[in-house]
Amino acid sequence: MWRYAIPVVLLLVLGAFFYRGLYLNPTFVESPLIGKPAPEFTLPDLENPEGTVGTEDIAGRYALLNVWATWCVECRHEHDFLLSLAESGMPIYGLNWKDERDKALEWLEVLGDPYVASAVDEIGDVAIDYGVYGAPETFLIGPDLTILAKHIGPLSTAIWEARFAPLIESHHGAP
Amino acid sequence: MIPELGQFALILACCLAICQAALPLAGAQTGRRDWMVMARSAATGQFVFVVIAYAVLTHAFVTDDFSVRFVALHSNSDLPLGYKIAAVWGGHEGSLLLWSLMLALWTLAVAAAGRSQPLEFASRVLGVLGIVSAGVLLFTLLTSNPFDRLLPPVIDGNDLNPLLQDPAMVAHPPLLYVGYVGMAVPFAFAVAALLTGKLDRNWARWTRPWTVGAWIFLTVGIALGSWWAYYELGWGGWWFWDPVENASFMPWLMGTALIHSLAVTERRGIFKSWTVLLAIAAFTLSLLGTFLVRSGVLISVHSFASDPERGLFILLLLLLISGGSLVLYAFRAHNFEAEGGFRLVSRESFLLANNILLVVACGLILFGTLYPLFHDAMGAGNLSVGEPFFNVVFLVPMLPLAFLLGLGMHAAWQKMNPKTLIGRLRWLGIAALLVAVVFPLIAYGSTGVMTIVGITAGVWVTLSSLIEPVSRWLDSRAVRLTRAQWGMFIAHLGVGLFIIGASVTSAFTIETDRAVRIGETWEVAGFDIEFRGLRQVEGPNFVADEGEFELRRDGEFIATLRPQKRIYRVRTEPMTEAAIDGRMARDVFVALGEPLGDGAWSIRAQYKPMIRFIWFGCVIMALGGLLAATDRRYREPVRERAEAKSRVGKPAEQGGH
Repeated sequence: MWRYAIPVVLLLVLGAFFYRGLYLNPTFVESPLIGKPAPEFTLPDLENPEGTVGTEDIAGRYALLNVWATWCVECRHEHDFLLSLAESGMPIYGLNWKDERDKALEWLEVLGDPYVASAVDEIGDVAIDYGVYGAPETFLIGPDLTILAKHIGPLSTAIWEARFAPLIESHHGAP
Repeated sequence: MIPELGQFALILACCLAICQAALPLAGAQTGRRDWMVMARSAATGQFVFVVIAYAVLTHAFVTDDFSVRFVALHSNSDLPLGYKIAAVWGGHEGSLLLWSLMLALWTLAVAAAGRSQPLEFASRVLGVLGIVSAGVLLFTLLTSNPFDRLLPPVIDGNDLNPLLQDPAMVAHPPLLYVGYVGMAVPFAFAVAALLTGKLDRNWARWTRPWTVGAWIFLTVGIALGSWWAYYELGWGGWWFWDPVENASFMPWLMGTALIHSLAVTERRGIFKSWTVLLAIAAFTLSLLGTFLVRSGVLISVHSFASDPERGLFILLLLLLISGGSLVLYAFRAHNFEAEGGFRLVSRESFLLANNILLVVACGLILFGTLYPLFHDAMGAGNLSVGEPFFNVVFLVPMLPLAFLLGLGMHAAWQKMNPKTLIGRLRWLGIAALLVAVVFPLIAYGSTGVMTIVGITAGVWVTLSSLIEPVSRWLDSRAVRLTRAQWGMFIAHLGVGLFIIGASVTSAFTIETDRAVRIGETWEVAGFDIEFRGLRQVEGPNFVADEGEFELRRDGEFIATLRPQKRIYRVRTEPMTEAAIDGRMARDVFVALGEPLGDGAWSIRAQYKPMIRFIWFGCVIMALGGLLAATDRRYREPVRERAEAKSRVGKPAEQGGH
């Protein structure tokens, strides 16, 4: 009566997956884009509607691309950290995602502006290219426009030090 | 000194659990009566010591003993007393202790009721419960000791997670745990039957009320969790397919399947090995629920501190308990012979369909919940399937289930003329469809295919649950319904109301997020909401911005709503306390978002028609369960009981009725 043994086999298979799962880090969502060139874009500049912001501006140094929007509550939580990061000299570019210009400008005026510039992605096309799940998301982009890392959710000092800073240091050699 | 006494009590409880596991099982195997009778005393002793340990931990919380690490991490001297008591289960270690306490309680109840069962069988049941209990207590002592000291002690504690500082959250975990742990009872009955090698209708009759009992608590616990998520997380949804929600929902689905399969086994003596398998599966999923929350294998808003060492221990425990019982199942299940057959159109067929659909639904949810893990373990990166996946895969088995349910309730056992069945219910079906087409258009002015399907299903289930009780009530000569039958109809009525609520809410909810300044009025679904003002309020351990909103319809005052945005002092975490004007027909939900500067706030206002039907339906379901579980035949007179005893006592009579 081998069919009565099916459940125990299923359980063992499940158990094997769990065992494997214990040693994987589930908070780390690997983007398929990591190690690949950042999708190119040129979008209107938030603060200067006639001008543009694009991958060309980002190239040449380590920079962050931060997806944000005024409707995003978590973006507010990470805002202070972004400000301190910008102060320490890290160039941060914003991708203002599916937002309204007036509200976005008001947000930056009230809360402070950590961004070198923010690109306006009103329809969300560029966000799709970048595989954005939701705001906030942050990409670390290398000087050659390679995506080095991606974080979903608000950035914090802990995440920065664990995930982003080591990458910059290792690529730089010594800090 | 006192916390050490708690730990000592826990160690003693663990030793007694090992006795409760080893002696009766060995006694039943070798026929030693003196060992078998030990089970009950061991269970009682274990209960006493777990209660002592639990009381000691509660004492540490109430007296702010921050030299106990667990207390320091989960309490604060400013925390209100009620939450201090509830904080015992606000973290991993304490909630394990609660788990053990619940198991000890169930065991005690099973031991008391087991007096009417043959000693050998009752001893095996208690022995299996002892194994489970010993495993969990060892886990607590070895990896998650709640009595660990923190030296040097801190001046004040870290406070309880603000999400948990809420009345519903105080009741939610214990209720859910009673349910989870309660599934250990049918599991123990199933394993005892496998060990004995025989399973008859009496077995099903003994197992059924326990299963329904556990199921009632799961139902209420899950509903309460959903209600909590609705108003506390501030998103306005009522179910998120979060891994931990799924972890509680899967045992519920299995438990539901088990209840129905037990009905067939009790009534007709068939589906035996299937019933046993369901009982094992339901408890395995309960353990899995624990595993998923504790190990950090899957992330969720609920996760307590995760730790691979703990995860490994739970995994081993899972493999030992579930794996062991399934190995036993593989060798013994073929012993359970069916005592009869049935025709295609019969109550049995409908219950079989019910079982298949529930198990499929459960399997799909399990797959969806674990999908990130499979994906990750295969080296393809971590990925999750979201709400859309679950909404679709859940509806696929559930809609046919709802339609079959209405038929199945009225089908006769063994065989039935399909014409009789359809003849009776045809008009109900047509009525349900009519209501589903007309009602949304009249009440909400629009409709859609899924809305019609959903409401048809809900109204169909509701009406078909009502028709039998109502027609018997009208006909004074009709035989009265038994309490179990009442239970069945009422529980299914709850299902119908739930489906109506879920369909209407998901179709006609109106959600708005907008920036509002004080003094402004805006309109949501025909209601005018005015932002009247904002003030600072101070709670015992938080400060909050409290908005005042006036809800009006056609200029007429309805209610004042006061949502809060709290910042808890110690953890500095912001929390949203939504304000809800709830009526049976609809909720209006207002939550404070963020200040946008210039006195403007982002405000989330939602109109949720019939959302109360969801929880109300669950309560009705639980009520039905309560009636079914307390049916007279479970409290049978002694004479029949004695007869049952002799039937089980003689192996030669087993198998063929």
